[in-house]
Amino acid sequence: MKLNLRKWLQSLTGRAPVKIPQKKFQVADWLFTHTFHHSQFADIKSLVVEKKRQNLRISLCLPALNEEKTIGKEIIMLKSELMTRYPLLDELVVIDSGSTDQTREIAASFGASVYLARDILPQYGEKHGKGENLWKALYQMRGDIIIYIDADITNIRPHFAYGLVGPLIRMPEVQYVKAFYDRPLTVSKGVRVSGGGRVTEIQVRPLFSLFFPELTAIIQPLSGEYAARRKALERLPFPVGYGVETAHLLDIYHRWGMAAFAQTDLDQRIHRNQSTHALGKMAFGIYQTFFRRWKAYGCVEKLPAMETVLRQFQNNDGRYEQIESLIREVERPPIITIPEYQQAFGRRP
Amino acid sequence: MTDLTQTSSGKPVPACPSSAREHRPGSGDIVPSAPDILKVRLEGYKSAAESVRDMLLADLIRFGEIPAPTFAEEQRIRFLANRFEEIGLAHISIDGLGNGMGIIAGTEGRRNLLVLTNADTLVKNIKDQTIEVRADRLVGPFVGDNSIALAALTTLPLLLERLKLQFKSNIILLATIRSLERGNLEGLKHFLANSGRYIEAGLCLESVQLGRLNYHCIGLLRGDIHCRLPENYNWAQFGATGSIVPMGDVINRISQIALPHRPLTTIIMGMVKGGIAYNNVARETVLSFEARSESLDILNQIKQQITDVINEVGARSGVKITLDVIAQREPGGLDISHPLVRKATAILTDLGLQPMLYSTTSQLSAIQDVKIPGLTVGLTTGERRYELDEIDESVNIAPLSSGLAQLVGILQAIDEGGVS
Repeated sequence: MKLNLRKWLQSLTGRAPVKIPQKKFQVADWLFTHTFHHSQFADIKSLVVEKKRQNLRISLCLPALNEEKTIGKEIIMLKSELMTRYPLLDELVVIDSGSTDQTREIAASFGASVYLARDILPQYGEKHGKGENLWKALYQMRGDIIIYIDADITNIRPHFAYGLVGPLIRMPEVQYVKAFYDRPLTVSKGVRVSGGGRVTEIQVRPLFSLFFPELTAIIQPLSGEYAARRKALERLPFPVGYGVETAHLLDIYHRWGMAAFAQTDLDQRIHRNQSTHALGKMAFGIYQTFFRRWKAYGCVEKLPAMETVLRQFQNNDGRYEQIESLIREVERPPIITIPEYQQAFGRRP
Repeated sequence: MTDLTQTSSGKPVPACPSSAREHRPGSGDIVPSAPDILKVRLEGYKSAAESVRDMLLADLIRFGEIPAPTFAEEQRIRFLANRFEEIGLAHISIDGLGNGMGIIAGTEGRRNLLVLTNADTLVKNIKDQTIEVRADRLVGPFVGDNSIALAALTTLPLLLERLKLQFKSNIILLATIRSLERGNLEGLKHFLANSGRYIEAGLCLESVQLGRLNYHCIGLLRGDIHCRLPENYNWAQFGATGSIVPMGDVINRISQIALPHRPLTTIIMGMVKGGIAYNNVARETVLSFEARSESLDILNQIKQQITDVINEVGARSGVKITLDVIAQREPGGLDISHPLVRKATAILTDLGLQPMLYSTTSQLSAIQDVKIPGLTVGLTTGERRYELDEIDESVNIAPLSSGLAQLVGILQAIDEGGVS
């Protein structure tokens, strides 16, 4: 018997799992109107003109932890082109999680503003994870638009930043722009092979397909590069660890729907490959984030208490051993609820 | 010529601070001495160069990561032309052969000074041409040959703009294709033969080493020796040695050619290729060599001696050995006492560099062949470190400001006249 997911969910919760849009969402339509290639924004001069006309400030954040091999190159490439040559960015900030290598020294020597995450809003304690840096960056930086770019990219190019900020400058309704790389889409001539990373394909896309099919239009939901408006980010909770990208997609979708998203093809991204163990931890954090929202959105009445221990295996001299990793996705509240933030930006929740 | 030297902060540098001035008797004025003025100017150029460092490094990375083996430099030239267009240079063009050019228009524009470098690289068929930025240096495949020099071409107009420095002469910025190996300076020769512009002086840029001042070209004979098995070779004969053993004999005989120390002469046997497997007799072996000498007569003698060697070994071993000369350049150039050499030496010295005056085999020879006075200079220091891959080079960031300041200083000296 074919399972009617909608009826099944309704039987559990007494209500529909997600709000049904009045007009049926068409992935193909959205892809056509909200998916771009970075070359569509290569006229940086005109972006600068439009940015000035809208009186926007744009901040770029590089969250970092032990990235001495790549951080200098990222700063040189982005700062020289998008600050010195064209004043598209107003600030370039590195938020460091406590690197033990030369990351902070190198970043500062090439002209970035460098902060330790633990020194920002210290009264709210110190959490560990990329999401913590992204959240604290909102307090540290002044931009109306925030661009986040991972600090481990070896083939960084200026289009990583202007390709993401372009849709936000050109389309007022867009709140959040996600990157994708070297992947899908039927383009004008020929078809490129589709596929995200392993966690995307094995975990996130199946979850989205089951519960939030519209979000499958986001080609690489876990890409570490995105740009967003402050007025959207400041209202979102930030998982401090692995779940931050998934949380952003779910929360923005829940609040504003697919019209708030755009995505940009950045061609190719070369970075470190992660071990399956590391990806397992990431997936575990994402599950926590996902089901927390699944519950919060009223999709289920009650979920069992979630474990915070991930159990994996390793082969030790022919014997399989279980490794336990404690992974707890602590979340920060929306930054707009923080008095200091309200004072600094003159905003109310 | 206007010269309002500015620092990286945009504040004008005094034309001559008090320390560099001297008292003019009776006038009450302090006037600077000429050498001190040069020194102060160069310091200003250095600090302005610091302010464009990021753009130089960014372009260096962009050029360095674009594949450009000799005969396939189009992508690099296109990037160069796009950069020139963004900067707003005049007369941006890609000529019939594929060289890229832009002109910084002079206030008078009657004279033309040529600043050039090669766009091609020795990196062949490599997938990952990534350049790594470390705290004090950059590391990557042949990053020192010649990505920095290309980046200097695209950064020089910005530097002159920061300095608010305008020359009377046009500055032609040229990236040449087909320079290396079998290219044999074809791009530059094509430009010189077809540009239709009278060029007063030429400055060849090399990424390393800062301090080099090549004013003279050494003669060169570059060639491949092919050793091939004949059609009637007896493959079945046990112990058949194929083409490698006779080539070994050729190498041995060439290494025994007596070379004089004066005029300075050397033979580099740079590459040997041959065979396909452990157990297959090699059909063909190729030796690539380069002979260099300050004397054309000696180069001709070497050529004759190599021809004799291959004829003799070929006749004795029964294989076919041929010499394919791919480049031959005559020695020549400026005298060490030439005003341009003297002025450039003074500029390097005032920048605190130790000028290294020696002969080269670079693009300078094509310039000098058409009687244009010219020099080759380096832009920074670097090395091929033993722990790096063979093609990886390391270049230092800090000396780049001196490298660019030297470039502006020499161009200014030529523009002011009396040195070319």
